[in-house]
Amino acid sequence: MNRSHRHGAGSGCLGTMEVKSKFGAEFRRFSLERSKPGKFEEFYGLLQHVHKIPNVDVLVGYADIHGDLLPINNDDNYHKAVSTANPLLRIFIQKKEEADYSAFGTDTLIKKKNVLTNVLRPDNHRKKPHIVISMPQDFRPVSSIIDVDILPETHRRVRLYKYGTEKPLGFYIRDGSSVRVTPHGLEKVPGIFISRLVPGGLAQSTGLLAVNDEVLEVNGIEVSGKSLDQVTDMMIANSRNLIITVRPANQRNNVIRNSRTSGSSGQSTDNSLLGYPQQVEQSFEPEDEDSDEDDIIIEDSGVPQQIPKAVRNTESLESLTQIELSFESGQNGFIPSNEVSLAPVASGTNTEFETRAPDQKLLEEDGTIITL
Amino acid sequence: MRRFLRPGHDPARERLKRDLFQFNKTVEHGFPHQPSALGYSPSLRILAIGTRSGAVKLYGAPGVEFMGLHHENNAVVQIHFLPGQCQLVTLLDDNSLHLWSLKVKGGASELQEDESFTLRGPPGAAPSATQITVLLPHSSRELLYLGTESGSVFVVQLPAFRSLEDRTISSDTVLQRLPEEARQRRVFEMVEALQEHPRDPNQILIGYSRGLIVIWDLHGSRVLCHFLSSQQLENVCWQRDGRLIVSCHSDGSYCQWPVSGDSQQPEPLHSCVPYGPFPCKAITKIFWLTTRQGSTFAIFQGGMPRASYGDRHCISVVHDGQQTAFDFTSRIIDFTVLVEADAAAFDDPYALVVLAEEELVVIDLQTPGWPPVQPPYLASLHCSAITCSHHVSNIPLKLWERIIAAGSRQNTHFSTMVCPAPRPALRAPRPPGPGSLLTVSVVFPQEWPIDGGTSLAPAPPQRDLLLTGHEDGTVRFWDASGVCLRLLYKLSTVRVFLTDTDPSGSLNAQGEDEWPPLRKVGSFDPYSDDPRLGIQKIFLCKYSGYLAVAGTAGQVLVLELNDEEAEHAVEQVEADLLQDQEGYRWKGHERLCARPGPVHFEPGFQPFVLVQCQPPAVVTSLALHSEWRLVAFGTSHGFGLFDHQQRRQVFVKCTLHPSDQLALEGPLSRVKSLKKSLRQSFRRIRRSRVSSRKRRPAGPPGEAWPDPRQGQEGSTRAERTGLQNMELAPVQRKIEARSAEDSFTGFVRTLYFADTYLRDSSRHCPSLWAGTNGGTVYAFALRVPPAERRMDELVRAEQAKEIQLMHRAPVVGILVLDGHSVPLPEPLEVAHDLSKSPDMQGSHQLLVVSEEQFKVFTLPKVSARLKLKLTALEGSRVRRVSAARFGSCRAEDYGEHHLAVLTNLGDVQVVSLPLLKPQVRYSCIRREDVSGIASCVFTKYGQGFYLISPSEFERFSLSTKWLVEPRCLVDSAEPKNHGRPRNGSGPETALSRARNSGSQSDGEERRSGPVMEHALLNDERVLKEIQSTLEGARGSSGDWHSQRVAVAYSLSNGGGRGSGHCCPVRGAPGEG
Repeated sequence: MNRSHRHGAGSGCLGTMEVKSKFGAEFRRFSLERSKPGKFEEFYGLLQHVHKIPNVDVLVGYADIHGDLLPINNDDNYHKAVSTANPLLRIFIQKKEEADYSAFGTDTLIKKKNVLTNVLRPDNHRKKPHIVISMPQDFRPVSSIIDVDILPETHRRVRLYKYGTEKPLGFYIRDGSSVRVTPHGLEKVPGIFISRLVPGGLAQSTGLLAVNDEVLEVNGIEVSGKSLDQVTDMMIANSRNLIITVRPANQRNNVIRNSRTSGSSGQSTDNSLLGYPQQVEQSFEPEDEDSDEDDIIIEDSGVPQQIPKAVRNTESLESLTQIELSFESGQNGFIPSNEVSLAPVASGTNTEFETRAPDQKLLEEDGTIITL
Repeated sequence: MRRFLRPGHDPARERLKRDLFQFNKTVEHGFPHQPSALGYSPSLRILAIGTRSGAVKLYGAPGVEFMGLHHENNAVVQIHFLPGQCQLVTLLDDNSLHLWSLKVKGGASELQEDESFTLRGPPGAAPSATQITVLLPHSSRELLYLGTESGSVFVVQLPAFRSLEDRTISSDTVLQRLPEEARQRRVFEMVEALQEHPRDPNQILIGYSRGLIVIWDLHGSRVLCHFLSSQQLENVCWQRDGRLIVSCHSDGSYCQWPVSGDSQQPEPLHSCVPYGPFPCKAITKIFWLTTRQGSTFAIFQGGMPRASYGDRHCISVVHDGQQTAFDFTSRIIDFTVLVEADAAAFDDPYALVVLAEEELVVIDLQTPGWPPVQPPYLASLHCSAITCSHHVSNIPLKLWERIIAAGSRQNTHFSTMVCPAPRPALRAPRPPGPGSLLTVSVVFPQEWPIDGGTSLAPAPPQRDLLLTGHEDGTVRFWDASGVCLRLLYKLSTVRVFLTDTDPSGSLNAQGEDEWPPLRKVGSFDPYSDDPRLGIQKIFLCKYSGYLAVAGTAGQVLVLELNDEEAEHAVEQVEADLLQDQEGYRWKGHERLCARPGPVHFEPGFQPFVLVQCQPPAVVTSLALHSEWRLVAFGTSHGFGLFDHQQRRQVFVKCTLHPSDQLALEGPLSRVKSLKKSLRQSFRRIRRSRVSSRKRRPAGPPGEAWPDPRQGQEGSTRAERTGLQNMELAPVQRKIEARSAEDSFTGFVRTLYFADTYLRDSSRHCPSLWAGTNGGTVYAFALRVPPAERRMDELVRAEQAKEIQLMHRAPVVGILVLDGHSVPLPEPLEVAHDLSKSPDMQGSHQLLVVSEEQFKVFTLPKVSARLKLKLTALEGSRVRRVSAARFGSCRAEDYGEHHLAVLTNLGDVQVVSLPLLKPQVRYSCIRREDVSGIASCVFTKYGQGFYLISPSEFERFSLSTKWLVEPRCLVDSAEPKNHGRPRNGSGPETALSRARNSGSQSDGEERRSGPVMEHALLNDERVLKEIQSTLEGARGSSGDWHSQRVAVAYSLSNGGGRGSGHCCPVRGAPGEG
C-alpha cells in the first residue's frame, strides 16, 4: 500500500508509471513514461533485457483492473495495458514453450488465487468449463463489413484480411455493364464484377462477397474508368489488406437504416456514392497505411528483421530514449544497478550492432536518428 | 506522408512545372513500316513515301522531314508531286484522291491535307469504271489525268478536284479515231500507262493493258500515233527527246517504238527478252535514259527467268555493255531514277532510288561498279531484329571521333557520294580514266542526292548515341543527336564464337560469268544464324570507351575501343551461377562455343574477356564500372561480379528459389506460359479492335444525343456495344496475393554500382546492388584496391544487406541519392570534371523502384522513409524507370533531377526526387503495344525512344528544354541548285554542306576538301573538260522552249517537270 502511494506521488509529478514484472520466481521493477509508452517490440526487448533472457521467446501478460490476465502481444493491447494500469502495471512473463494458455482469460488470476476453492468444489468447476481462448499470437484481424454507417445501404465495404491465413483470396473479376441512373434516364455503363469465387478461398469463406457483385472501389479508389487489368493489379497490390466496396447483386440482405425501404434505395445508389469517396478514404486510410510496410532486412547475413520506419517526428525515438533514461534514473530508484546494462534495446538482434556494442555513439548514428 | 493527401496547388510549383515538363512526340526515326508508295519531286528534290497505314512521309536534305496521316486508315497506293509545286496528290486503296501541300507557317513548312476527292462515274456504271489505275499530273499544274480500269481517262481540275466531264477520253472515243485495221482486236481494257510528251504538253501517251499504245492530241482530240504490241502491256517510258517509246511487257520483254510522222508502227524497232530464252516474269517498269556518251541506260524491274529466279526481287541496270541485276532482300515497292537537269539534252542518270519493303536503297550510277550510297536517314533499324537498346547522352568528342573513325572504315563499300565519313583523300588524285564522268564525280564529291528543303532546326546541343542490340549478335551505334538517326558504327560479336556458317564463305560466292548477273544489295537480313547470338544488354562507359555486351546464351563480353586492328585471343571464364545447388537440370539451349586461339578484330570495339554464365540463360541485367574495372551480370539464376582488370571472378551469388522449376529447366518449359500470354494478348487486341471500330463517328444522324456531353455519350455508347460483344467471350482475372513461390523470383532485374555508406555512416565504400523479380535487393560491400596496387591485390566482396520487399514485386530500379538528394554521378564523370562530386557529408538515401512501388530508405541503417504505391493507387505497373535531369526552359542553369517512368498502360510520368510526388503524366504508347512499351529507353535529359514498328523509333520528350524535332522550310519559289553542282563553285558548296551536316568531327574532311580542290586545279585536262561541258550545257539550254529542270521518269510522276519561271535553270557561270 505504501508502495502504491509512493508511486502515485511519483506518477503525479513525473508522469511515469511503475512496472512490476514477474518471470518465474523473479521480479523486476522499473518505470515507464505513461504518456509515451513506445511500441510493443521495444517493450518486449526491454523485458527480455531486464530479465536477462535475451534469446528466450516469452508470452507477456498483464493483470487488468478486474484482475484478469490479459495478453500483451501488439501495440494496441500494450497501450491499453499502460493506459489502464493504476497505479502499478503488473506484468507476467511465461516462456513460450511452457506457456499455459488457459491462464489467459476472464477471472484467470482470481481463479488461480482461489485454487483452493476449486479443489474444494470441483463439480462447480466442471459444470462451467471455462472458454479457452486460443493462443495470443493467433489473434488476428478478420474479414469484415466496415463503414456501414457512412455508406448507402445498397453498398457494402468489405475488408478481406489475408493476414495469417494460408487461404487464397480466391475470387475472379470480369468486365460487365451495369445500369445507372443519370439525369438522362437509365444508362448502361461498363463496370467490374465478381465472376467466380474459389471454393475454400477467403472470399467464399467470409460470405461477404458473391458472384455478380459489382466492384465500385478498391481501397478507396473508384474503379470506374479503369480497365480490368488495372483493377486486377490494384487488387493484387493491395492484397494484404484488401478493402473492396461492392454493390451486392443480392440487395435483399441489406441492413435497413432510417425509414427508407430497400426498394427506394436503387435510385439513391450512384448519387449517394458520388458524395462519399473523399470522406470514405479518410475513414479507413490512416490505420491501414502501413499494413504492408513490413519489408524485411537482413544485415550482414544475420537474422531477418522488419525494416523500421524512419522517424519523421521523432515520436517513437523519444519514447525509446525515455526508457533508457528511466534505466538510469532507476539506478537510484527501482532497479538494482547490477541488473542494468546499457546494451542496445532499440532493435532486435543484430550482429553488426553486437560487435559494436561498446560504442554507444555509433549505435545512435546508425539508428533512427539520422534522417533528413 | 498520407498518400491521399491532395497535392497542394502551390501556384509557384505549378508554374515551375510548366517550365520544366512538357510532352511531345517529336520525330520518327528509321524506316517506315510497310511502305506502299514512292514519289519524287525533281523540282523540290524531295522524296515521298506512303505506307499501308495511310501515312505520308517526306524526306529532303538531312533534317528535312515531314509527316502526314490520312484520316482514313487506308493504304497509300500512289504519290505524285504536282510539277514544280509544293503540292502532292495521293491515291489510297479506297480509290480516293487527296491533295496535300507544304505551307509555310511561322517560318517553317508544314504538311497538311487540303482536299480529298473520290471519282464518281455516271449513274449505273460499274465500280471498275472509276477505279483509278494511273495518275498523270499535267505540267499545266491544273489538270490531273486519271486512267481507270474501264479504259477511260478522266480529267479533274486542281486544286478543287472539279471533274471536267467533257474532257474525258473514253475508250470508245479512242476507238473511233483509230484506223480500221487496229479496231479488230479487243485492244482496250484498263489504262496501264499515262505519260505526257517530254516536250509538248499537248500530247499524252495512253497505254492499255492489252498492248495498245496511243499518242493522243489533247487539242485536236485525235490519235497521233498508235502502236500495237502482241503482249500484255506493263508500262511505258518515253525517251527524253520524245522520239522513242519503250514499252515493257508481261512476258519479260521490252520493245522500242520509234515515234515518227507515220501514224502507225506495225512492228517495234527492236524487241528483246533480256533474261530469255526460257519463260520470264513480267517487266513491270522500265526507264530508258540517254547519256552524253551516247549509250543509253535501260533500268527495269523484274523480267527474271521464271523457273530459277522467279522469286527474286530484282532491278536490272543495262548500260554500255554492262549489266547488273540488283537483288533485293525484300519486295520492291517502287523505284525511280534521278537524272540530270542542267544538261537538258540528256538524262545522264546519277542515282537509282529503290523503295523496297524493308529498306531504301540508293545506287550511285556514275561511279563505276554502281556502288550503293549510304542514306543519311531512313535507316533500316531492323536489318536484324532489335533485341535491346541503350542510350548514352553527351558523348565526349574524343570517343565520338574514334567511333566515327572506326565506322568509316566499315563503309568503304559505299559510294563516296556520302559526305560525313572522312573520305580517303587518295581517291582525289586518281588519274582521269576513260570515263571522264568518274573524274567529275571524284572532284565534285557528291552528297546525298535528295537534298531539297532547308533544315532550320538548331544544331543538336550535344552528341548522343543510341546503341541497338540485334538478334544476329551485332550492336549498332546510331548518332541520335539530331533529327536524322545515322549509323555510325556496327559491332559484331559473332567473330568471338564458332558458328555454323563461316562468314567468309558467303562473300564473293558468285562467279564472274554468272547469269543473270545478280548482285545482292541492301542490308536487310532478317535471318539470324543462331538465336543464341542475340544481344540482350548493353552498357557503354562514354569516358573510358569500355563496353559490356551480354547475350541470349549467357555470354558477357567486355570490349575496349582500339583504333588499330588487332589479333588476340579472348580470355574465357565460366561463371557457375548455380554453385552448390544440386539436382537441377538445364533443359534450355547450350552455351555458345568460343573460337579458340587468336581472333582478328577490325578497328573499333574489340572484346578481350568473355564470361559465360552457367547455366547459359539469357543475361537479364548488366552493369559496368569503368573506374573500378568491374562488370556485374545477372541471369534468372543469380548474378556475378567480374574484375576485368585482373580478369578474375570476384564472386557469384545464386538467387534461385528452390521451388523455381521454370528457371532451372530453361526456356523450353516456358511454352505453356507463353501460350497463355499469347492468348491473353490476342484477347486484348480483339477487345481494342472492337472498341476502336465502334468509336468511329458512324450511325444515322438522327440518333445523336441532344445534350452537350454528346461526345462522351457517344463513346460510352460505343464502349457499351463493345462490352456487349465482349460478353460473348468473358475475360476474367484471378485475384490472388503474390506468394513467394511464384516462378522466376530469382531473375535478376537490375544491377547498380554505388559508392555509398553501406555499413556505417563514417566510411563510404564501393558497393554493388542487385534487385530480383521476387522483390529482393542484395547489397554487397566491395573492396577495390587503390590504382597503384590494382593488379596486386584482389577485389573483395561481402554481402552486407538483403532487403525483402513484402509486396514481392520485381525490382526494376535501384538508385542511391547523395546528401543533396541528387543521384550519384556515373563512374569517371567526376574525374572528367563533368559533374559535381557527390555530396558525401549528408546521409545517402536508397531508392528502390519495384514494378508496384517506389520506396526511399535511409542508409546505412535501412529504414523506410517514403513510398509511392503506384499500383495500389492507379492499377498501373512500372515498366521502365530512369533518373533524368530536367532543365528549365526559362532559367538557363536551373534543373531538377526526377524519375522518368513508363507504366504498363503506356503512360509516361515524372516522379519527383526525393519526395516521390507524381509531377505530370501523359499517355504515350497504346497499352496494347506491348513491344513498344518493352522497347522504351529514356535519356538522361528527359527524352525517350520506343519502337512503333520493328523498323521505327518514335522519339519523345518530357522536357521543355531538350527537344529534338524537325523544323524545316521548303519553298517552291526558291531557286534551287538543281542537278549536281557542275561548276567551279561546286567544291565550296559541297564542303560547306558537309560541315553543316551534323558531323562534329569533320576535321579530316575539311582537310580533304582543299586536297581535292588542289587536284582539280592542277589537272588541266579536267578543267578543260568541265569548261566544255558547261559551255555545251549553256548552249543547248538556250535553244529550248520548255526548260527542263530535273526529271524523274517514274510512272507515278509521269515525268515530272518544272517550268521556267519557278525553277530557273542555272545560267552556268563557268567560273571554274
